[in-house]
Amino acid sequence: MISVRHIHKKFGKLEVLKDFNLEFESGKSYALMGPNGSGKTTLIKIILGMVIPNSGEVLVHGESIKGNFAYKTNIGYMPQIGRYPDNIRIGQLFSMMQDMRPGIKDYDLELLEAFGLDKIMDKPMHTLSGGTRQKVSAALAFMFRADILILDEPTAGLDPMAVETLKYKIKKERQAGKLILITSHILSELDELTDHAIYIHEGEVFFNDTITGLKDITGEEKFSIAIARLMEWSLKKKKNKTDLSHV
Amino acid sequence: MFKLLKYSLYDIVKSRFAILYSIFMVLVAVSIYQVSEDMSKVSLSLLNIMLMIVPLIAAVFATTHFFNNLEFTELMLAQPVKRRDVFLSQILAVIIMLSAAIVIGFGIPLIIWGADKAVLTLLGIGIALSVVFAGLAFLASVLTRDKAKAIGISLSFWIYFSLIYDGFVLYLIYSLADYPLEKTTLGLVFFNPVDLGRIIMLMQLDISALMGYTGAFFQQFFGSAKGILLSSAMMLLWMLWPLVFAMRIFKKKDF
Repeated sequence: MISVRHIHKKFGKLEVLKDFNLEFESGKSYALMGPNGSGKTTLIKIILGMVIPNSGEVLVHGESIKGNFAYKTNIGYMPQIGRYPDNIRIGQLFSMMQDMRPGIKDYDLELLEAFGLDKIMDKPMHTLSGGTRQKVSAALAFMFRADILILDEPTAGLDPMAVETLKYKIKKERQAGKLILITSHILSELDELTDHAIYIHEGEVFFNDTITGLKDITGEEKFSIAIARLMEWSLKKKKNKTDLSHV
Repeated sequence: MFKLLKYSLYDIVKSRFAILYSIFMVLVAVSIYQVSEDMSKVSLSLLNIMLMIVPLIAAVFATTHFFNNLEFTELMLAQPVKRRDVFLSQILAVIIMLSAAIVIGFGIPLIIWGADKAVLTLLGIGIALSVVFAGLAFLASVLTRDKAKAIGISLSFWIYFSLIYDGFVLYLIYSLADYPLEKTTLGLVFFNPVDLGRIIMLMQLDISALMGYTGAFFQQFFGSAKGILLSSAMMLLWMLWPLVFAMRIFKKKDF
């Protein structure tokens, strides 16, 4: 569904992604992990067309995203920090987003109602707390029933109740067969929500397999310890990437 | 495109700055109209204020707006809309707001005390200069990732075109006073939108007679159809090139 092929990206002299290749298939949910600055967000932004790679191509549904914008109709994106125009009201923000997708008329308002956002539709965005903004971002990401969901640290800043609501929604969409891509530093959450682990280290895919595969390879029962083991290995700069993968 | 513009415009109009700027313009215009009855004197005073203030406000406001809206721009870029439309909606919202403040600010006194052709030209020059400097500010903004740097560059544009360039032209005229420089100065005027605006305006007033031979030459040039056409074309070019360049960079920029 999404193929990332031979992507190179440099910021100045810093090489963020080096000959980067990844395939994301529909119906699977991926945990995108890696230390800070490993290129996770850059990868997401390249898929969304916000960052333009130096070379290589990205295919979404088999079509190159270069010079294309219509493919984004099929992507629900929840940014790490959602910031919106100060003077716009929540209701206006929603209708603006709906305006941008004139082809879609059937909206998924489940999260909107679960978070109680429908009761504060006339509040201006600048009066909202960080958590409420995050709720708005989440509601927007799911609103258009997109086939692909990209969630960048979805639960950061949400209260425990909202976290559960969001997790429930993600699980539901996952069962509906959507492609879900999550980055997070909260490992228990990733264990719960995803079945595929991708570990990026210094711009290269260090590990790419199912979570059960990861537990097998590292010989650890707990996901968090398995990941810690993986990080240790990556820091030792083991180059036996191929040995690590079942694929 | 128009959908995006509608919302950017709504956001910008709701911000306190738009209202403050309009009120400031009204106050300036009203106080100047109070001082004098003579329309050409009024126009001249308004011109002097406009040539200093309008580019400054346009440059600073457009840069701050670009950076304050950066996260919103990112949000738009993740939506199924063209990059070009995102850029155009941002810059057009700024231009429309700045122009509206000038039209309202100077327009209300005009309705009350009446206007002549010179005042209307002044209005046009104010809008043109807003577009030029908003464009330069956006160009500075897309070239850097840092707000402070971008404001610095925008302010340098303003200082350069409002102060330094004139100093340079004066120096040239004094040091080469023995030579006929009419055409050279005319050419130099074209390379500075602020001077271009000033000259177009001055030629509307009678005081060009006070500017000696060069003034007469300018009067002849800017009074002719060819001169009017050429100077408006040049102003249009000044309005367009920063925008075109800024858009090209914006299309390839990483967010």
